[in-house]
Amino acid sequence: MSGPKALQQPISLRLFSSAFLAFWCLLAAFPIVWIAVMSFKAPVDAFAGNPLDVIFGPVTRAGGEGLTLVDIVLGVAVLYGAVQVAMRSLPRLVATDAPWGPVAFRWLIASVVFTLGFVLVFFGLLPAISGAINGVLGLDPIIGLTTAHYEAVWIDNEFWRNFVNSLIVTVGVVTVSLTVGTLAGYALARSGSQLAFWILIIALVFRALPHSVLVAGYLPVFVNSAAILEPILGENAPTLYGQPLAVIAVLVSINQPFTIWMLRSFFQSIPAELDEAARVDGCTHFQAFRWVIMPVMWPGVITTGLFSFLLAYNDFLVTSLLLDASNQTMVPAIAGYFNRETTTTDQVEAVAAAVSITAPLFLLVMIFQRQIVSGLTAGAVKG
Amino acid sequence: MKFRTFAAFVGPSIFLMLLFIAAPLVSVFTQSFYLSQPVVESVEVETCTPGFLTQTCTTEVRTQPILDENGRIVRETRFVGLQSYRNVLEPERAWAAISSFDISGLLAIDFWKALRFTLTFTLITLPLVLGVGLAIALAVNNAAKSVRGPVIFVSLLPFIITPVIGALSIRWLFVGDGILTRLMEYYSGTDIAMFAQGWTIEILMLFYRVWHVAPFAFVIFYAGLQTVNTDTVEAAIIDGASRWQRLWYIIVPHLMPLIVFVALIHLMDAYRVFEEIVGFSSQAHVISLQWLTYDFLQPDDSGNRAVSRASASAMLTMIGIVVLLIPLLRKTWRDHRGTR
Repeated sequence: MSGPKALQQPISLRLFSSAFLAFWCLLAAFPIVWIAVMSFKAPVDAFAGNPLDVIFGPVTRAGGEGLTLVDIVLGVAVLYGAVQVAMRSLPRLVATDAPWGPVAFRWLIASVVFTLGFVLVFFGLLPAISGAINGVLGLDPIIGLTTAHYEAVWIDNEFWRNFVNSLIVTVGVVTVSLTVGTLAGYALARSGSQLAFWILIIALVFRALPHSVLVAGYLPVFVNSAAILEPILGENAPTLYGQPLAVIAVLVSINQPFTIWMLRSFFQSIPAELDEAARVDGCTHFQAFRWVIMPVMWPGVITTGLFSFLLAYNDFLVTSLLLDASNQTMVPAIAGYFNRETTTTDQVEAVAAAVSITAPLFLLVMIFQRQIVSGLTAGAVKG
Repeated sequence: MKFRTFAAFVGPSIFLMLLFIAAPLVSVFTQSFYLSQPVVESVEVETCTPGFLTQTCTTEVRTQPILDENGRIVRETRFVGLQSYRNVLEPERAWAAISSFDISGLLAIDFWKALRFTLTFTLITLPLVLGVGLAIALAVNNAAKSVRGPVIFVSLLPFIITPVIGALSIRWLFVGDGILTRLMEYYSGTDIAMFAQGWTIEILMLFYRVWHVAPFAFVIFYAGLQTVNTDTVEAAIIDGASRWQRLWYIIVPHLMPLIVFVALIHLMDAYRVFEEIVGFSSQAHVISLQWLTYDFLQPDDSGNRAVSRASASAMLTMIGIVVLLIPLLRKTWRDHRGTR
């Protein structure tokens, strides 16, 4: 170890510190990893008393479903290859000066093509190849694994409908709250007026409100909105209760205080000389915002977008009260599973649904770890 | 920036906040003083069943909602003053319980039960979150550079997971035949049911919340540790300060603004505890203030929502939030006065 000798730590302290860290990592990951393992097992295995039985799944294996050594080796190889492609080749391909489209658009195309290719190889090509090899070598599965619960959840119970609803709500919330929030955040960062200060303070108070307080205000209005709006909109006044659009508007507004605080702190880190220069060159405020500030604001916008996404995706209270069963999003829909938990099969299906909801978040942390950390610290370091 | 440009930029955001945050607040406030009920009438109904020679007829008085010409139930809204608050608080029962020192009698009333849990939950998790977060931050700061990235990745998982799902994932470890219940039964040799009584559920809830929020505290404290002045630390070493003294007199004061920040955010969020109740299905044993409002808003068997009682409990919840916020607002105000 380098550095001054006095800063060196005794071996016992270093050991203790690493042991604590290892323990924390185990604690942090264990519940999530464990439900992921459970979701692929037959119910008897998933709730077996012996942890090794849960991992290897003898009953599932006896049912003839499982992975052989060849499956595992090939699967790991494909996963490793996919990560390598995503981390190395893909950014290079996107970065080359293709003649078409802006960078964000090229990234979108690249990630869609990559996802499609991965699904095709991993779920189409791979089982066929490994199945053939297993047949030739006559291998027996060593780890029990069944996707029956996922099929039951996604296809039989039509969980994909809830997924589509979640997608609509989250995409809506992220787009609208970023559009509205960047405008407000920019103005609040650049204006030192007394009014701006009071807006921020009121936003802070709004941020602390329990969401159930607000929903208690929306519900009666939304349920009766057809009657209330009739004098203004006439015959075809909509009932707002159960409308995804109404939920998007509600979630955007609830999220607005947090969004403008965070975006404001990102805008403040961009020097004001930049828009002054643009103004001297004859830009209006809006042109300076759009053509000079926004291009350097992308990291802040992406980070804030991530947190908006998390709020909309993780919300239970607002969506469960304001949407009816026909267009429920994923998180409230899962309440239907664990409330009816009568048999162990139902329980494992609920676990599979829970893992399905967590998987996109896992990918999100993997891709955007740096942005999430910077977003968390952006608000804090200023105090 | 001119006022008109400022207004144009801020306008949409302010409009949304006024329409969907400020207006509902006002409407909740007024709703809490009014009661909206279906108008009922008493009608005499004669039901006859065919019998031999004569029909058997019975007359009964039944209350039924009045329908308007479109077949919808007519509702009337009337001013009831503080009645909804009285329904939620049940002051007579509560006072009788307090004056006879009957704690369990007081906690049999939903609101006081919810208040008790919300407050203990908030106050117990606060020091745990700060302590665990700081410990992880110090340990990561101590670790080799190569493991820091993966450790941060793993640590972010509990923070980013959907709260209901996070609570569920812990619940599935401890349900009747969950793996950790089996483990505890194996070591203790007795039957353990973690979801049969209130206090074990509360322990799991506290564990869940610390597990969920400690990563947030960790990331912020870790960022703060990067800016600790090494000269000060070296000076302290030369002066013969021990490790604890250095931690206590240099690092903790350096992190103090961040500790205050995390504590305030955590107080606000823990006071709104809700997802745990849903995830652990604990409503029979443990409820929180926000869950109480949620429960009033859920349609009951006949499809009615107790909106006025929900509004009353929502307003009572708000009082707590205001009390929590006063120190934060005073500090922000003082900072603002200082910078001008």
